[in-house]
Amino acid sequence: MARLMKHHLFWPLTMLAGLLLFNLCYSPDFFSIQIRNGHLYGSLIDILNFGAPLIVVAIGMTLVIATKGVDLSVGSIVAITGALACMTLSKSSDQNGFAVVLLAIVISLVLAIVLGLWNGLLVSLGGIQPIIATLILMVAGRGIAQLITSGQIITVSSPRYNYIGAGSLLGLPFSVFIVLAIFITALLLTRKSALGLFIESVGTNSEASRLAGIRSRAILISVYAFCGICAGIAGLILSSNVSSADGNNAGLWVELDAILAVVIGGTSMNGGRFYLSGTLIGALIIQTLTTTIYMIGVPPEITLVVKAFVVLVVCLIQSEAFRKKIFERRKYRKYSDKAEVTRHA
Amino acid sequence: MRKAKKVGVLTLLMSLMLVTACGSNNGATTKENANQPDKTTTEATVATDKKIVFGFSQVGAESGWRTANTTSIQDSAKEAGIDLKFSDAQQKQENQIKALRSFIQQKVDVIGFSPVVESGWDTVLKEAKDAGIPVILTDRSVDSTDTSLYVTFLGSDFVLEGQKAGEWLVEEYKDTTDQVNIVELQGTTGSAPAIDRKEGFEAAIKDHSNLKIITSQTGDFTRAKGKEVMQAFLKANKDIDVLYAHNDDMALGAIQAIEAAGLKPGVDIKIITVDGIKDGFQAASEGKINFIVECNPLFGGQLMEAVKGVVEGKELPKRTVTEEGTFTIEQAKEALPNRKY
Repeated sequence: MARLMKHHLFWPLTMLAGLLLFNLCYSPDFFSIQIRNGHLYGSLIDILNFGAPLIVVAIGMTLVIATKGVDLSVGSIVAITGALACMTLSKSSDQNGFAVVLLAIVISLVLAIVLGLWNGLLVSLGGIQPIIATLILMVAGRGIAQLITSGQIITVSSPRYNYIGAGSLLGLPFSVFIVLAIFITALLLTRKSALGLFIESVGTNSEASRLAGIRSRAILISVYAFCGICAGIAGLILSSNVSSADGNNAGLWVELDAILAVVIGGTSMNGGRFYLSGTLIGALIIQTLTTTIYMIGVPPEITLVVKAFVVLVVCLIQSEAFRKKIFERRKYRKYSDKAEVTRHA
Repeated sequence: MRKAKKVGVLTLLMSLMLVTACGSNNGATTKENANQPDKTTTEATVATDKKIVFGFSQVGAESGWRTANTTSIQDSAKEAGIDLKFSDAQQKQENQIKALRSFIQQKVDVIGFSPVVESGWDTVLKEAKDAGIPVILTDRSVDSTDTSLYVTFLGSDFVLEGQKAGEWLVEEYKDTTDQVNIVELQGTTGSAPAIDRKEGFEAAIKDHSNLKIITSQTGDFTRAKGKEVMQAFLKANKDIDVLYAHNDDMALGAIQAIEAAGLKPGVDIKIITVDGIKDGFQAASEGKINFIVECNPLFGGQLMEAVKGVVEGKELPKRTVTEEGTFTIEQAKEALPNRKY
């Protein structure tokens, strides 16, 4: 049992189970899954479908945070790629053409990589602190997205494009398979090759790693580029899900949710260690919480307070120092208060 | 090592330049706005003695609604023969205050603006008052307690919009006493249109106990949120008869959710929305939205009349409501080809 509790996934999984248990008691329908129009239909499926963009962004963010960095610009990249893809589609004569959809996806993902590289260059070669370096694109990015869409919401009617975010394969939302593909790729790259170790070592001490023969700069740049492409894919999922691009609102504040997911998953903001599976659970916790709030009808005025409270509880339980404090206070109760006071005085 | 350092410094400089370039660019546009009108003003006064000069500061170009609003104001000014000094605040209050000050310096005849936010306008409005320039607010209001700071507020009455939506619902279900389950997608929590559209709607249906709002949640005025929240509504409530959305975009997202659930929007679930953007009309003409309450951005004509009235010294009411219609499916079909935004 003690060994089980020490596992880094123990507390995140407990929290997720707790949330699901709450739903089981409150609305038993939560777990019902039916087959409608040939695909699975139910709240759990919704969580996977709507949580997909967040999970993808959070996976990219995990690797960035592992290098002791942070990427604030992911929300803007989400908006830009969605805008560019929809713009490309709406400009063409045949919106549903296979070549056109492919072109839209490719050019927006290329742009996402370029934006990620830009962040990486600022951080590694420019030596700017990550939070500031990515803040530049976070602020400018929404402007770029609005420039692409000229401030309008662009609607596209392309079933092929729509499939990315809203289609279903084998009864499950197609976006779930995208998430799985990215997750497994990231897991294999970092855990079955030395790359993960390199990232952790750069996060612990980038200069020492360089002296030890690791190309710190190249690692940093590629990590930000990967985060960029993850955000780009999330942008495509989000915009294709509603068949439209909204430069103002797409991916708004997703960077904060992603950071939260990473932290809930047990990755430290200080870098040097990361848990991709923890991030996955963290993102699922956030999306389950959101869906739960909608389902049980929390008044919109206090939604954020409820969310904040749950997140606070999750973070406190996660914190080893906090758990220890509660534990130790019990131990100290054996001693009389007076003895302690006089000792300190 | 040294080389790498050089490259580092270079990228840093380049990015700095880029940032400052963006900054100065912004400055340049506001300066242009400030300088250019100066020239044209003098020219205009030389050419025709009594052409009215009207300075207008717009919020920005954040939505299709806003762009339509801007075009309407520019076109109507041209038609009415009013010399319009137009300035775009890019959704920043400081830009808007700068624009207002430059209008005061240029001694325009009338100032108009859609405030970006509600508060913080007292100082600059007093400056305008001291300079003897009347101010007209459009679309959004300010929270100043001193109402003498502006002549009139021309804009939509959001409460009335909510009421119209509610009245249609009452009319639609007047023959039944069965309970009608309504779900509501609210706008951004705390925003004036969200609060007022909710209030108006509730007031209109409150005497009919069978019309019941069973759940209400914010969809932030966006399609993505509208879809997500509607999905959850559909799971949590078995029997939804009516959806009331505070704007078209949320309804458009919700329609996708309803279709994904295997239901027919507009038939299985009746949909009422506010705004009347083109995509909304498209959906209505396909029978997916049953009733649209228009929130009209095309009030340029009314605005120019108000400007003329102020210059001629007419007494204007403190509140002028824009002319707004409502559209059923058939009316939407007819109106669709002529929609401008």
